[in-house]
Amino acid sequence: MFFPAAAYIVLLIGGPLVLAVMYAFSDARIGNPGFHYVGLENFRSILQSPSFRAALRNSVVFTVVAQIIVIVCSTMLSIALEKPFQGRKFTRFLILLPWVAPISLGAIGWKWILDSIYSVITWVLIWLHVYKPYGAPMWLGEPKLAMASVILVHCWRLIPFSTVIMLAGLTAIPKDIPEAAAIDGAGFWRILFRINIPMMAPIISVAVLFGTIFTFTDMTVVYILTAGGPFDSTQTLPSLAFATGIQGSDLAAGAAMSLFLIPVLVLIAYFMLRAAHRAEVT
Amino acid sequence: MAVVETRNLTKVFKQGDLGAVNNVNIETREGEFLVLLGPSGSGKTTLLRMIAGLETPTTGEIRIGGEVVNERSPRERGIAMVFQSYALYPHLSVYENIAFPLKAQKIPKNQHKQKVEWAAGLLGIQSLLQRKPRQLSGGERQRVALARAIVREPRVFLLDEPLSNLDAKLRASAREELEQFHDRIKTTTIYVTHDQVEAMALGDRIVVLHKGEVRQIGTPEEVYDQPADTFVATFLGSPPMNLLEFPDIIVGFRPESLVPEGVVPGAAQVKLRFRVNYVEYLGAEHVLYGSLEGGNFESKEIVARLSWTMPTGYKAGGVYDFAIAQIDLRFFDRKTEKRTQPRPFTWQ
Amino acid sequence: MTRRDWRKLGPGAAKFATLATFVVLLAFPFYWMLIATFKQNIDLYTVENNPFKFNLPPTLDHLKLLFFETRYVRWLGNTALVGVIVVIITLLLAVPAAYSLARLTGRWGQRMGIAIFLTYLIPPTLLFIPLSRVVAVLGLQDTIWSVVLVYPSFTVPFSIWLLMGFFKSIPKELEDAAMVDGLTRFGAFVKLVIPISTSGILTVVIFTFTLVTQEFVYALTFISPESQQMVGVGIPIFLVRGDVYFWGSLMAACLITSVPIALLYNVFLDRFIAGFTVGAVK
Repeated sequence: MFFPAAAYIVLLIGGPLVLAVMYAFSDARIGNPGFHYVGLENFRSILQSPSFRAALRNSVVFTVVAQIIVIVCSTMLSIALEKPFQGRKFTRFLILLPWVAPISLGAIGWKWILDSIYSVITWVLIWLHVYKPYGAPMWLGEPKLAMASVILVHCWRLIPFSTVIMLAGLTAIPKDIPEAAAIDGAGFWRILFRINIPMMAPIISVAVLFGTIFTFTDMTVVYILTAGGPFDSTQTLPSLAFATGIQGSDLAAGAAMSLFLIPVLVLIAYFMLRAAHRAEVT
Repeated sequence: MAVVETRNLTKVFKQGDLGAVNNVNIETREGEFLVLLGPSGSGKTTLLRMIAGLETPTTGEIRIGGEVVNERSPRERGIAMVFQSYALYPHLSVYENIAFPLKAQKIPKNQHKQKVEWAAGLLGIQSLLQRKPRQLSGGERQRVALARAIVREPRVFLLDEPLSNLDAKLRASAREELEQFHDRIKTTTIYVTHDQVEAMALGDRIVVLHKGEVRQIGTPEEVYDQPADTFVATFLGSPPMNLLEFPDIIVGFRPESLVPEGVVPGAAQVKLRFRVNYVEYLGAEHVLYGSLEGGNFESKEIVARLSWTMPTGYKAGGVYDFAIAQIDLRFFDRKTEKRTQPRPFTWQ
Repeated sequence: MTRRDWRKLGPGAAKFATLATFVVLLAFPFYWMLIATFKQNIDLYTVENNPFKFNLPPTLDHLKLLFFETRYVRWLGNTALVGVIVVIITLLLAVPAAYSLARLTGRWGQRMGIAIFLTYLIPPTLLFIPLSRVVAVLGLQDTIWSVVLVYPSFTVPFSIWLLMGFFKSIPKELEDAAMVDGLTRFGAFVKLVIPISTSGILTVVIFTFTLVTQEFVYALTFISPESQQMVGVGIPIFLVRGDVYFWGSLMAACLITSVPIALLYNVFLDRFIAGFTVGAVK
């Protein structure tokens, strides 16, 4: 009964994975997709390309920064949501919106919100007299700000997801234990940092690991928000792979780039298994 | 060490509902082991949690050491509590578990080691200090929970059914350890349980609770031998007291009081014919299930409990002459179900 | 107020502030989308106007453009059709597979479960290049069938994982009793396990469908013609004519597509969490 699914997975995941590796070592192009082995040529050329190096760096930086922000925010939010209150279901619905909306649509929304002229953020800042009219920065047009914007959209998407997972972890703590800590003399903050958060550690790692995958392997946000610009400052591995492989028709180079995702994914898989194992034991 | 007092303590969870705890007045004696005994839903755990400060009373007062503590948070009441699940912090070692209250109360770090080792020594767990809770057996976990409770030298100990998670064999030895522990530290202790055997074995006095109300407070002898109403009479003792309902009174007698005629000492006795339906052999005693033969209570089911020193040979289906000593009878008013004066009666 | 009341107020106020801040930050883009949908173009494009209210009366022009002058409705139809077919394929593959894995005792069951989980970590942004060739070779390029073929590659592992946790919670004794009563193992599966698991299966259906609607990379890579496109790709790509962004209609499209998905998600969220944490932590 397992065979059909196994067959499908082998054919449509395993197979293409092998193909990707093969392409990386070939000179295939969209119009000319034959296999001619070229050794490490693709890898050599992309490693020399500044776009690639920028993309590699960005992928790592965006992911790490986003995860830190997300974990801090979702911890705060999950604690605020823990105890039931009037309108909690509706609040939860509102908080979930960024996660459940299709990625591309949320990104489009932000593109308009961060538009250089019509941005609503700009309007508010001008209204607060932080900037003079027409003096506001171009959120998606200046490299550093564009990077921050991409990170912002990723955080915006991920905070609901992480919060939900943290909430599950928080509610899984047996009620006795914080009560015992209260009787032992611990106040709110001590209970939070010495009892609740350490006990949530396995769940927190699950949230971090999934969040890392979602950010690291995403190309949609970058593609829609900035298309990698300005000047490759927001290019990431997946978006550059797409730009090179599909738009640029260089299948081989694109495949080689996307293969660089693998080491990080393997690392993540290792940590996930360890976290799952640890969680099972406690 | 302090006296715990509740005055008119009431807790209502939902408006309009009957209270979980109704107008409870208790006063512990210094250093005593007081048991709150009752079936589930009797309010005993809610009562304990209010004393601990984990639930707020609807009305009434709680005093510890003479001071009203209603407004104080748990950490300010000078109490320690052992939960049913022990609530050990799973990510901390045994040493860190025991040291946690010291850290929380901001006791200087250089005193921690000495106090932890003292508490661990009292409970014989010095060798376990580096382990994590998941590596301990049930009995060991109880000892760690007790050590964590004692390390702050609290005024009052609160225990919420700590033995109910242990398997039957372990329970007896864990119970003995609790008794020895209390003898050693002599702190006022309030202990919640639904197990009446535990209550009788451990308690200096027992508070019997039913549906949030106190039915009787007394020593184990008092609640067993002189029950205040039919609830207490049937809740303590297993198998429970036999009750015969007359129009205006209820007459009760314990299974161990129902003995073969001729075994009863003295002349003042009530004779009856006992048809045995089923015999349980339990080693040190026989339990005979059967019914009354003849008279107004024909076929009323009753139970007799014969220790091994008594005549045996009773078989299912046989009808035998049994008797009860007059002084062993208990009388309850039919309407109020409370204890009342002995009265002559006939059931033939 | 007593000392205790004051102390209680602190965490409560902090919680409220935290919640309010996050709800605003997370949900405001949707509020923005809502307003922009009905704002006249002149209002939208006048920089000085307060973006948070209607400076000119609201209009249905954007909605009219969206529904009558673009292929939006067609995209919704494509996506719905693909969604339904992919759900069916996923169920056919995942339900039996999850069942056999759940009932497979010993290390192998666990190992296969982990293997399934790991395939989920291989992202579309790695496989899209080789899969684009596979799709072209099979002649499915530019049709919705390309994605029908490929989407199960991420819905099936996830569904197996979710259902495994679900099936594991059904006591084996139930099926043993059924087999003693005369059913075969397969009969017990069909007549007993599946009816009991309707809520788990329903959850899988909902999440598979939402995963399909959210997908971007594959649809973008495999399908070019406007009439065959999915809604998640159609909106950002085709509602931009040259350099002109039809922001009003864009926002309308984003909102209309996101909200129903969000509502569906919200209803099934608790079950998702249960399956997620059971699966992740086991």
